[in-house]
Parts: sequence; structure tokens; C-alpha cells
Amino acid sequence: MATLKELAQVKERFVGGHRLCAGCGHGISVRMVLNALGNDEHVVVGCATGCLEVASTIYPYTAWNCSFIHNAFENAAATLSGVEAAYRSLKKQGKLKEDIKFVAFGGDGGTYDIGLQSLSGAMERGHNLVYVCLDNGAYMNTGIQRSSATPIGADTTTSPAGKVVPGKQQPRKDLAAVIAAHNIPYVAQTSISSWQDVHAKAKKAFEVDGPAFINILSPCPRGWRYNTPDVVELSKLAVETRFWPLFEVENGKWKLNKKPKKYVPIEEFLKPQGRFRHLFAPGNEHIIQRIQEEVDQRWLALLERCGEKPELPPR
Amino acid sequence: MGKRVMLMQGNEACVEGAIAAGMRFYAGYPITPSTEIAELSAEKLPKVGGKFIQMEDEIASMGAVIGASLAGLKAMTATSGPGFSLKQENIGFACLTEVPCVIVNVQRGGPSTGLPTLPAQGDVMQARWGTHGDHPIIVISPSSVREVFDMTIKAFNLSEKYRVPCILLMDEVVAHMREKVELPEELNIEIINRKKPKASLPDYKPYKDYDGDGIPPMAAFGDGTPFHVTGLIHDETGFPSTDPKVTENLLNRLMNKIYNNLDDIIEYETVDTADANTVIVTFGSTARSVLRAVKLLRQEGFKVGMLRLKTIWPFPHKAINELTQTATKNLIVAEMNYGQLIETVKASADGVFKVYGLNKYNGELITPQEVIDKVREVAVNA
Repeated sequence: MATLKELAQVKERFVGGHRLCAGCGHGISVRMVLNALGNDEHVVVGCATGCLEVASTIYPYTAWNCSFIHNAFENAAATLSGVEAAYRSLKKQGKLKEDIKFVAFGGDGGTYDIGLQSLSGAMERGHNLVYVCLDNGAYMNTGIQRSSATPIGADTTTSPAGKVVPGKQQPRKDLAAVIAAHNIPYVAQTSISSWQDVHAKAKKAFEVDGPAFINILSPCPRGWRYNTPDVVELSKLAVETRFWPLFEVENGKWKLNKKPKKYVPIEEFLKPQGRFRHLFAPGNEHIIQRIQEEVDQRWLALLERCGEKPELPPR
Repeated sequence: MGKRVMLMQGNEACVEGAIAAGMRFYAGYPITPSTEIAELSAEKLPKVGGKFIQMEDEIASMGAVIGASLAGLKAMTATSGPGFSLKQENIGFACLTEVPCVIVNVQRGGPSTGLPTLPAQGDVMQARWGTHGDHPIIVISPSSVREVFDMTIKAFNLSEKYRVPCILLMDEVVAHMREKVELPEELNIEIINRKKPKASLPDYKPYKDYDGDGIPPMAAFGDGTPFHVTGLIHDETGFPSTDPKVTENLLNRLMNKIYNNLDDIIEYETVDTADANTVIVTFGSTARSVLRAVKLLRQEGFKVGMLRLKTIWPFPHKAINELTQTATKNLIVAEMNYGQLIETVKASADGVFKVYGLNKYNGELITPQEVIDKVREVAVNA
């Protein structure tokens, strides 16, 4: 494991000057992932349509200090599949000597929803690429519409919280499990609240031979409505409340990476966010309870998958 | 309900018009510059007992709209260029299976992701021929916020009446512009609903031309009359057929139900064309600049007029033909694209007029001054 001092000296592939919002998790996530590459390693980045693409590539500037391709909303994984397959062919023909890594970034809209087919195909075919989902739980680029990653109860412009319907009604899609079901070498879920965790997982993902998938929780100050300096703190609360557990699946073997020492109720994660404010109005207690039950249920199922004793942390 | 006067955005007027027309189902996917239509539908539809679903992509949105319409609801989706491309296979399905539905395309600069926040009129030909195979389709294009309201209703009415997908071809300017509008009283709005089979039909055939007008009555799933729907060429029972006669008859009926009713479908507006030497043919937000230019040029003594197409497809050949009865010698086709509609105008003019293009495709509107300059240039050349 690299030290922070060493990481600070790594060649930056994603540099400053981009126009991501203050307090956005995307820039932090991308830097942490790309910093896991060695200084001499070559990398090609693919990017789905979304905030990251829009904010980091505004003409005549770019934040990408490497080869970069943005195709459409739904096909980052497919486009990179083509690049990677061509690379392997060129290498086999002896026309290319260098080793090249491939990484795609997509938001939850471009990954959980419109890009899922393209991602599934790339994983199943076994391309040697890393797909990183920056999950901020809604379509933030087009103005905060719900996605299948949006949590229950969240207020978005297409799941508006009103008197009758208190925000999104459906639970989140468990994408890491969906991708793990492709039986690929490496799947992980991580959070920017632990740089060691992100770094270690990105390193593994780049090193495995075959497809790898990493899901990163990436808070969005516009969609979640929190105080911008709290981006990392909020990511930490997501892990501590077990809303966003840290785990990895290596060659089919599930492993839990962090077990909170005590039971932190989900309110701690929900309360700092404006998108959940209506849940704290009198009469909506049952929704918070439903969210808590959902979190606990998923936690127990995860522990079981990881071969751990299925129990909740001590209160 | 009394007068309803308000400041409204084009996308908002679209949702108001759709609900007034009887839309009770919306399936969509967020895309700039159409997203407000989805957002407002999410907010307003549940209040009138309707259903909003956000789908996982554009393909699914179009699929859900077709499904809901078959189940008997008036259904709509809205999108922009990239999403419109993704919907095309399903739009063709709706054409062949004669499922009424409204597709709003708020045009932005293309191709590909293009200019997501800037206006264009580059989908004129895609709206007509985006899906494969011979098919009928109706495409209408509004120029003002009030017209968005009226034309959304018209889109539903035509779609229901002729059992054909109807495309409301907007552009970013009309969609995001805010204007003061006075909405008509609900009682005064004409609403057309699809023709249903007579309850007494013992042996309902979903694609039989019972009335001789080429438009089969349409049952809904759940009405108690089971019927078969397929994207394969089918006979009047709805079941697949490869019989050449059946195929030919079906395609003829699909086309004729539209082309036999052009007078009912087509709408256009003429301004100062009676004595005009030069007429500017245009549509959508470009017509606003053209109207201003015509006014200014008339003050200078130029004999110039405007033909504004409200219906784009089927193309209003009649409007071009009418100009042959006037003093018109030159046509200028003003459109925010590299030159799409101009080819059809040329074909329609068939050498009678000189046809010039005024095109802009850089994400900016055609200005009144640019129209004026073009008219002067044409006048000098002529």
C-alpha cells in the first residue's frame, strides 16, 4: 500500500481546472482511481455522457492528461470494448509493444440504466478493462431526475416529494451484485471516505486479467442538497450507517472490508441532505423506518454472502 | 373556468396541452432540452389520475408508450436528437401496428450529442424517414408557446383519429422560451378519441377496415376483446402473413388513410404572399425571425411574404402550388440546418420558382437581419 506522501507524487491523469461543482465527489473519485496506476503506465479513458464528461472537457480545456473518448450516454463500455479488442489484436500482430490499461467512467444513469446492456456485454465478453461507476443516485447532469440508483424516499424532479407521494418509492438496484453475477475476476464497492480502500481496490482492478467493476458512492451537492465541505463526511456516514457497505468480490468470493463497530441509525446519513428533508416531517416516520429495514436486511444478506455471522452491529 | 392567462415556457405548454387533450400516460427519459416535459408530467399526471413512468432508456420509453396506448390510454413521450434516434425502431412498430401515440422531439444541435443546450432544426428528415421501411407519419411544428399548447392537442387528435404516431417537432428556442399565453377554456377545446369497435362485433378483426375509411376501430387490451398485435406484416386478423397481396393491401391502406385526408391534416400560414415576389418558406422558431424581417422589408417596399409550415409531413405541396397562382418568383427556405426541407420544396416547386436556401447550423438562431440580407441578395441576383 502506497503512503499518502507517495500518492502525492504520482503523475496526475485528471488535473485541476475542471468545472465540477464545489463539494462534488466525482473529481475526488477519479483522481483516487487513476492514482493507483504507476507513473509509467499508459491509460485510455472512456467516459459516458454525464456531469464528469461535461464538466471536465469544456472546449478549449480538458482535465484529462491521457487519451480520452466520450461516445454517448449508453455505450462507454461498448466503445472501450472496441478499443481494448483492437489493442489486443495490434499487440498480437506485433504492431504495438506497450501495455495499456483501459478504464471507463459512467454515472449511475449511464451505468445502472441506459448503459447496463453495454456494460453487461463488456463484462461477459471478458475485455481487460475497468469500469468505474460514480454513483450519485440520480441524473444530476440533466437536473436531478430519479435513477434506479436513487434511494427510497429521495426527492428528485421525476420522483417529487408531495403530500401524497413522499419521493421515490422503489428500492435501489443492487448493481454490484448484478455485475458480480457475471462471474468476472473483480467487483468492488468503495467510498472516498477511505482513500486506502479506494486505492487498494483500484490497484486490484487494474491488475486483474479480465474485466473489473468498481462502484463508488459520489455525493452530489446539487442533488443531495448538503453543505459542500461535508462531501467526505457524508460518504463516511454512508459507510457507517451501512447504507453503502465496503466490500469486494474476487473471483466469486465475497469479502466485507469494513464492519462498523456500532449501530448508527440511517437518520444520521439522511438528515444532512435536503433531498430527504420531507421524511423528517411528522407522519413520515414510517418511511425512515422502511429505509432502515431495507438497509438492515441488505446488510444481513451481505454478511451472509461474505461468510460472516449475519448480525447487526451492537447498539 | 374563466380565462387562463399566464407566463409559460414552451415545454410547460406542451404538458398542459397534452393533459387537456387527454394524455394520461407518459413514459420518458431525461434529455436536454426536453427534460421539463418529463418533470412536469411527473408532477401533474398523478393529480389527474394519470401515470408517469421514468424508464431506463429511450428505447424502453417508446416501448412503454406503445404498451399503454394498446391498453387504452392516450400516451406521450418527449426527447431530443440522440433519444429520438434510439426510439426509431419502436416508432416504426407504432406505424405498422397503428398505435396512436405522440412523440415530442425538442430539437438540439446534432449529430450525436452535438449541442445539447442550443437550438437546431436538423431532425426534419429524421422525423419523416428515421425508421426503416415505407410508412406514414405526421409531423407538426409550433412557433410560439401558445401554439405548442394547441399543437400538442392537435398531435393527440390526429394520432387518435388516424391511428398513426404523431411527432411534435419543437426546437430548443420554442421549448425554453417564456411567453404570456391565454389558454382556451377547456369546454372550447376539441378532443378526438380513437374509434372503438362496436360492442356488437362478434368476431372483431383488429385490422379490418370496417368503415371503408382505412382506419380500423381499435379495441383496448382489457376490453374483453382479445386481439393479436405484431410488428410482422399482418392481415386484418392481426396475424402474420407473407402473402404479397396482403402486404401490398396493408401498405396501401396505411399510406392512403393519411394521403386521402391531406386537407384535414395539413395546416400552414401565409403572410403577405398575395403580391409577393419573394416568399420565405419556414417553420418553428425560425418563423419568428422571418415574420420580423417581412415586416421590416415591407416598410422598405420589398414585395416579400412568408409561408409558415405548421405541418411538415405529409409535406404541404398544396401550399407551394397555391403560390403558382401569385406573382411569386423566388422561394427562400429558411431553416436551422444544412438544408433539409429545401430539397422537398425544390421538388414541389418543380422548376416553377427559383429556390434559395438560408441555412444556419452553428447553434444560433437565424436573425431577422440575416433574413433581410438574404432577401436583398436574392433581389439583386434576380
